[in-house]
Amino acid sequence: MTMSETDAIGWFADLRIDDRPTVGGKGASLGELTHAGIDVPPGFVVTTHAFELFLQALEQASPVRALVEALDPADLDAVTALSRTLRARVEQEPLPQQVERAILDAHAQLAGGSGATVAVRSSATTEDAEDASFAGLQDTFLWVLDAQDTVHRVRECWGSLYSVESVTYRRKHGLPEEGVAMAVVVQTMVDARTAGVMFTRSPTTGDKSVITVEGAWGLGSAVVSGEVTPDRWVIGKITGEISTREISDKHIRQVPAPGGGIVDEALPADMRNAPCLSDEELQALRAVGRRVEKHYGRPQDIEWAIDKSGALLLLQSRPETVWSAKAQAPVTAPVADPLKHVMTIFGGRK
Amino acid sequence: MSQPTKGFPLPSSLKVVPGTEAAQAAHPYYIQFNPGDDERFWFYNSMHFPEPMHHFDMVTAEAAYCALGSFNTRVHVLPTTKGIDHRIINGRVFIGGVAVTDPAEIEARAKEFQQRAFYYYEHWETLYDQWKEKMKALIADAQALPKPSLPDLEPLETTHTGKGVAANHALIDTYRKTLEGYFRMWHHHFEFLLLGYGAYLTFFDFCKKAFPEISDQAISRMVAGMEAEIFRPDEEVKRLARRAVELGVDDKFHDGMVIDDVLAALDQLGGAGKEWLKELETSRNPWFNVNVGDGFYHYHRSWNDDLSMPFAALPGYIEKVKAGQPIERPTGKLIEEREQLVADYRDLLDTDEDRATYDQLITLAHRVFPYVEGHKFYCEHWYTNLFFNKIREYGELLAENGFFAEPADVFHLTHYELESAIIDLMLTWSSGSQPIGPQHWPAKVAERKAAIKVWAEHTVPPALGVVPDVIDDPAIVMLWGITRESLDAWLSDGEGPSNELKGFAACQGVVEGTARVVKSVEEISRLQQGDILVCQVTNPTWAPIFQKISAAVSDIGGSMSHMAIVAREYELPAVVGTGSATQRIKDGQRIRVDGGRGIVTILEDEPVLENA
Repeated sequence: MTMSETDAIGWFADLRIDDRPTVGGKGASLGELTHAGIDVPPGFVVTTHAFELFLQALEQASPVRALVEALDPADLDAVTALSRTLRARVEQEPLPQQVERAILDAHAQLAGGSGATVAVRSSATTEDAEDASFAGLQDTFLWVLDAQDTVHRVRECWGSLYSVESVTYRRKHGLPEEGVAMAVVVQTMVDARTAGVMFTRSPTTGDKSVITVEGAWGLGSAVVSGEVTPDRWVIGKITGEISTREISDKHIRQVPAPGGGIVDEALPADMRNAPCLSDEELQALRAVGRRVEKHYGRPQDIEWAIDKSGALLLLQSRPETVWSAKAQAPVTAPVADPLKHVMTIFGGRK
Repeated sequence: MSQPTKGFPLPSSLKVVPGTEAAQAAHPYYIQFNPGDDERFWFYNSMHFPEPMHHFDMVTAEAAYCALGSFNTRVHVLPTTKGIDHRIINGRVFIGGVAVTDPAEIEARAKEFQQRAFYYYEHWETLYDQWKEKMKALIADAQALPKPSLPDLEPLETTHTGKGVAANHALIDTYRKTLEGYFRMWHHHFEFLLLGYGAYLTFFDFCKKAFPEISDQAISRMVAGMEAEIFRPDEEVKRLARRAVELGVDDKFHDGMVIDDVLAALDQLGGAGKEWLKELETSRNPWFNVNVGDGFYHYHRSWNDDLSMPFAALPGYIEKVKAGQPIERPTGKLIEEREQLVADYRDLLDTDEDRATYDQLITLAHRVFPYVEGHKFYCEHWYTNLFFNKIREYGELLAENGFFAEPADVFHLTHYELESAIIDLMLTWSSGSQPIGPQHWPAKVAERKAAIKVWAEHTVPPALGVVPDVIDDPAIVMLWGITRESLDAWLSDGEGPSNELKGFAACQGVVEGTARVVKSVEEISRLQQGDILVCQVTNPTWAPIFQKISAAVSDIGGSMSHMAIVAREYELPAVVGTGSATQRIKDGQRIRVDGGRGIVTILEDEPVLENA
């Protein structure tokens, strides 16, 4: 790792998967993908170190972690009250100057004079955090317009650590507050023509020989949040053959809102029922899916977008967990004499 | 589960089409439906016999089922199945398997099977080499049989050599040898076939378990052989195209040429022209001994008998050669792709145990597959062609003697009837009187010709009788692709969208175009560049026209059918085994072929008129 442990931010190009403890799963994965030569919208991560510096400043003013640890998870009123207080403090109390400076400088470098907008997304540091999805969808802020707004959204991501759900989860599992931290990804926003997700094994059968792609017009948030029924394709991972094509009625797409954020937009009839990806684009997705899977050595769950110029970018890749967690039993009991196998055909039903 | 209200008609409910009773009765008693047949399940073998049968051509069913059953029932002793019975009604061949259901009998047969079939697997290469020698000897024997003829008087030689046998005896001798050879050929045909398919299906079954969503065609591509004889005829046409360009005679070949004129012109040209004709002879023997059909009908003539198919392909290939495009099969590249595919799927397996099984099964499949792909050239093509041509010679002789109006009428007689006609001729040649046949056969031939016309317009149910709960007969599944699921689909035919046909996804790709419904080989010349071929069944000898079409659809065939194999070679979108494409798609309609999903969509109801 080329990043120092005390840096408040880390650029994707300098991050690897091992940096997860300081930049979170999402940030580390984007770094790893960038390093592997996969097209990813450029960006940086506000590290857990930056969060720790801020938290120290907060603790100096008045306790944070001690109050959380003292909570009874069954006492919803107390949890709700403390959550409200802590989230307000995280969002409003002054940031240590070095942290604020680092974010503003990095934002300037990323967005430059071009006025590019960014996406701000929380990046949890533990598998637990991802599984429990307490760093969920609410922590993705799209189409963030300027530097000040970016800083504010970073704070909101941090604040989500003290959401009612997150706090309750940690208390129920008796997890220590020490070390609870959140990294935040700041990434150039892709004005997607089409976006969606891709699984490099079948979500329904676990088959590793197919790639399932789901996509819809506009930003991928519509697919991830389930607001649009996406088009769906199943592609042979090795052969490229497209065995399933389900084109659905995509009644809306999500697009950037003029004042920041996103907005739903109704679609004309001819677009609603038209496939949102061409066969060439599906093959490009298959190729990049295979590359990422090869790079990690295991099936992946990927978010992707195709911008208005037709460029394919990956927004996120994480290991597939559902099927991979199952015990691997051999398909057929091994036998020394290969001829015994033909009895499965000739021997009749067992 | 099945819906009990649905079923197929009983054989006894099927009536002979009025007016064709005599033609039906002319078939031997043992292939007429009898009352006991109502207890069994039968299906129409439209894969091998898609057109109403001439009486003589039933010899193919008889010889083939005699051999198939022998090997299943008594030679290899398949545990769960015996042979296949066949029946004919209204010109259509129905077949029914004989399953073994008693567990004790299955167990006993399984023991026998392992001693016998496993010996074949273990000695596959040696036995297959031996098989090829046997087949070549059998072909040589058939080629050596004399042309049947009757001299007015025996040549003086017969007396001077003390031969002691007159020419009429050769008629029956050659006829019986011809039949004997055909029956023997079918035994050779089935010597390896089921075992070959079985090894392939074992690998197939493993892949389907390891990769539940893998396509049939991906598995087929992993197994497909690259050197099989059946690809050779098309390669020879390409070679001839290249030689034509090299020799500078390529300007003689163009669409719509009259072949005899072209051959005469080349001969007249001398030099390079004669050189090319020599090359043609080299290709013809033996590689043009391929039928334009699957060889089961006497009218599936070979390229040697009718050069239309190879010559139709020559101008296209010549054009490509002149444009510097490669036309030869890229065997090296195909092998490399196959090996890569095998390796890539292997990498996806989760356990060492599975990788070991996978290696065992793909090795076995690759060992047995040359036979599965290669035998057709020797059996269904080369030998069958010799056989029907010999019968045609008898047709000529009998026509000369007034039995028939034309030689091909001979195929309206059963093989027993033909023997009786031959004996009639033998007897009257010997007695010096007039044969009776000329008063007997012409009326019968006319009756049967009319019957075949009627039968061709008449449809029969795809299956008859009681639907079994499960089709557990590996022979039926392997050779006909019939499963409980496909029967249910037949029963529910017409319940899907009316403009959609489903079949096996044979080769991926989506193409829209004009459907050209080709019901017989004679209609091949109607295909225009870019048309979508819609046919009942095709085989590799149709390969030369694959350069012309943009997609292919067939009624019959599975993912390992020849259309599927050739389509993948040409990277041509194809859907096979649709059941009824040639009936439901009208010539000239715009259709869409989705070869990746096995779906054909009729885009317009009204046929588009052909540009005349």
